[in-house]
Amino acid sequence: MNYDVISHEYDVVVVGAGGSGLRAAVGLSEAGLKTACISKVFPTRSHTAAAQGGISAALGNMCEDDWRWHMYDTVKGADWLGDQDAIEFLCKEAPQAVVELEKYGVPFSRTDEGKIYQRPFGGMTKNYGNGVVQRTCAAADRTGHAILHTLYGQALKRDTEFFIEYFALDLIMESGKCKGVIAWNLQDGSIHRFRSNMVILATGGYGRAYFSATSAHTCTGDGGGMVLRAGLPLQDMEFVQFHPTGIYGAGCLITEGSRGEGGFLVNSEGERFMERYAPSAKDLASRDVVSRSMTVEINEGRGVGKNKDHIFLHLNHLDEKILKERLPGISESAKVFAGVDVTREPIPVLPTVHYNMGGIPTNYFGEVLSKEADGSDKIVEGLMAVGEAACVSVHGANRLGSNSLIDLVVFGKAAAIKAAEKVKPNSKHENISEVETQKCLDRFDRMRNANGDTPTAILRDKMQRTMQSKCAVFRTDETLREGLNEIQVPWDGIKDILIKDKSLIFNTDLVEALEFDNLIRQSQVTVASAENRKESRGAHSREDFKERDDENWMKHTLAWHENGKIKVNYRDVHNYTLTNDVQYFPPKARVY
Amino acid sequence: MVQFNLPKNSKVEKGKYFKSKVSSKNIKKINVYRWDPDKNENPRVDTYELDMDNCGPMVLDALIKIKNEIDSSLTFRRSCREGICGSCAMNIDGANTLACTKSAKEINDEINIYPLPHMPVIKDLVPNLKQLYKQYQSVEPWMQSNKNSNDTENLQSIEDRSKLDGLYECILCACCATSCPSYWWNGDKYLGPAVLLQAYRWIIDSRDEERKKRLKKVADELKLFRCHTIMNCTNACPKGLNPAKAIGSIKKMLVTEKSA
Repeated sequence: MNYDVISHEYDVVVVGAGGSGLRAAVGLSEAGLKTACISKVFPTRSHTAAAQGGISAALGNMCEDDWRWHMYDTVKGADWLGDQDAIEFLCKEAPQAVVELEKYGVPFSRTDEGKIYQRPFGGMTKNYGNGVVQRTCAAADRTGHAILHTLYGQALKRDTEFFIEYFALDLIMESGKCKGVIAWNLQDGSIHRFRSNMVILATGGYGRAYFSATSAHTCTGDGGGMVLRAGLPLQDMEFVQFHPTGIYGAGCLITEGSRGEGGFLVNSEGERFMERYAPSAKDLASRDVVSRSMTVEINEGRGVGKNKDHIFLHLNHLDEKILKERLPGISESAKVFAGVDVTREPIPVLPTVHYNMGGIPTNYFGEVLSKEADGSDKIVEGLMAVGEAACVSVHGANRLGSNSLIDLVVFGKAAAIKAAEKVKPNSKHENISEVETQKCLDRFDRMRNANGDTPTAILRDKMQRTMQSKCAVFRTDETLREGLNEIQVPWDGIKDILIKDKSLIFNTDLVEALEFDNLIRQSQVTVASAENRKESRGAHSREDFKERDDENWMKHTLAWHENGKIKVNYRDVHNYTLTNDVQYFPPKARVY
Repeated sequence: MVQFNLPKNSKVEKGKYFKSKVSSKNIKKINVYRWDPDKNENPRVDTYELDMDNCGPMVLDALIKIKNEIDSSLTFRRSCREGICGSCAMNIDGANTLACTKSAKEINDEINIYPLPHMPVIKDLVPNLKQLYKQYQSVEPWMQSNKNSNDTENLQSIEDRSKLDGLYECILCACCATSCPSYWWNGDKYLGPAVLLQAYRWIIDSRDEERKKRLKKVADELKLFRCHTIMNCTNACPKGLNPAKAIGSIKKMLVTEKSA
């Protein structure tokens, strides 16, 4: 079938309107570039809205702090897989980025002196691991919501052009260069081709590859899917973060800030077990450590509840005033989704998929990277990535809480600056052959008219259950090999997919199928990368290879998806810093 | 007396009935408004029998179960499923609310689900909210301040910051605006409770320097004073906010701050 294609030309197109996409769009519009921001949901519905606890920056408002300490914590949290040049950039730029957000109007909570309030968070320490620091800037427990709405306002102020409820289908690639993107307008069913001299992917994570995730239904990693289809690799996809405190059953997030404010975890024996696993940081150890400890407690029969399959989070010892002022959102969530009054009862919680450390490989400017035949990094012209969609890599093998929001704004801004350097306003667009557009539309049309026997929901369920059982907190060669076989089933199942709704206007049946296509590719890459990495590091914990192995595995995984077959290669971890302001932190044992 | 009738093509008809394929003691009937823009047909209400023993607790879970297992063409917006994104606002059991935080058990009998009222419908439960978004933009929801120092944050006292509580939490779901009779009637000119709440959020922010300009901007017979304190907005808000109070505060400021 032929589709009428509506053509647009922009200097830069941003795909995604969460924290990083909006921050990039603000910077691009400021630089005078003609900018389009495409989003499948209205910007304030993006998943940044769900971030609760805060945004890290060594402001030192509550106690002495230093960005180098923040950098050390991030390096250690990442289990040394992070690139230290990028981490230096992140932590050094963080204070300025938070001040900028405040000036944009983010309603941060305040100290007695009227400064931005900061709370303790997991893995955030002073003086290179010696004691707790208050570094996480918070707007109660609705920090992401506050930031997202504020950034949308800033983008409106700068007249960024939004294309809302447009679903991005594919990148337009020609001889290794990105020249634009094709999108489908859900509201009227039309197809749009955006030619641009830079495409910035800010499409978020793919948490919905798993059965139980704090991620929104829309977290389907559409950018990662497009990149894989374009023949480019994804990086470090085996590192999937389980947040220690998802509400048991519902999976909704309870912020780490609840432990930052004094909450603690308890097993069926009433024991604060984190004291055993992390004698110094206790409940504020990094997330991978806490999630593993909880899982061990449950596996050893000390879980709570009828089936002894979860853990209690106690907040009921905290002052009601603190709960009301600093944790009002999660108090409400606990009531609605667990029927719990946090002032009286503990919240039933379980480690729940939360964040993808892996993603589209980039340098710290946000430029997308691939690999030359000689092994060196190759910049993919015309393409950038930011936010959870990207792997810079600052989070390495495990992200620290509150480092995600700061990642969004620091690298969103950096990408805008880099794009403004590379693209001059109103510069010419190269011609694109119709072949690329047609290829994308053929795939779209095939999916739309698919008349098999299996609804998307069945395939998605199979994928999610496989990922949940075979690629979870603890992994072994056996589970991962089973996972590789089982994940093939929903992939092969696409051939038999059934789309009932054939229309073009707001066809969410088709949207879910296209999202599934993005998810399943990334699921395959995730299991294959996990099977391949024969060590334990950060969130990737192998029971058959319990130790970190710096000699063989201090390297980033790169994985390509070639018609269902995964090809793996590697990139060096940057073992150098950006400037002489700080020295490289060499790997050492990771103890909390 | 003038007779008000719906246009012929807006009359909602009885739709399809989907009988449960499993036998269960806990079957609930879910009646859902359907309208397909591609077909030249009237809207209809389809009825789905659901086994609630095998369904999550919220109305959104029921809708997702229908979409996954019975009818994949059913169309609605959803995202965060925890009441923070505002996507799944709809009219459930006669009141506007978020499907993701509305417990299905709380509704005794059949569950009736319609799109947010008085908005153009794009498809099924998906309303077109463009007008509201445009009005939101019109109140300039960004900080306006001429302070130049870039290196340090603005100071704000705990007390001044607390004035934003009950305002900044708004998720723009439009439950309030679309429950307001004044907005139904004059939605093209009256800003409505959601947008006025946001206007007030910036008016009352101690860091913003354009309070007078902002007040002046909304001080309009239609934009603001179409609020007749009906209070549907406050009743509807799924986040427990009070837009009516914010509107009252703006009106009061216009009287007490005469210079505006």
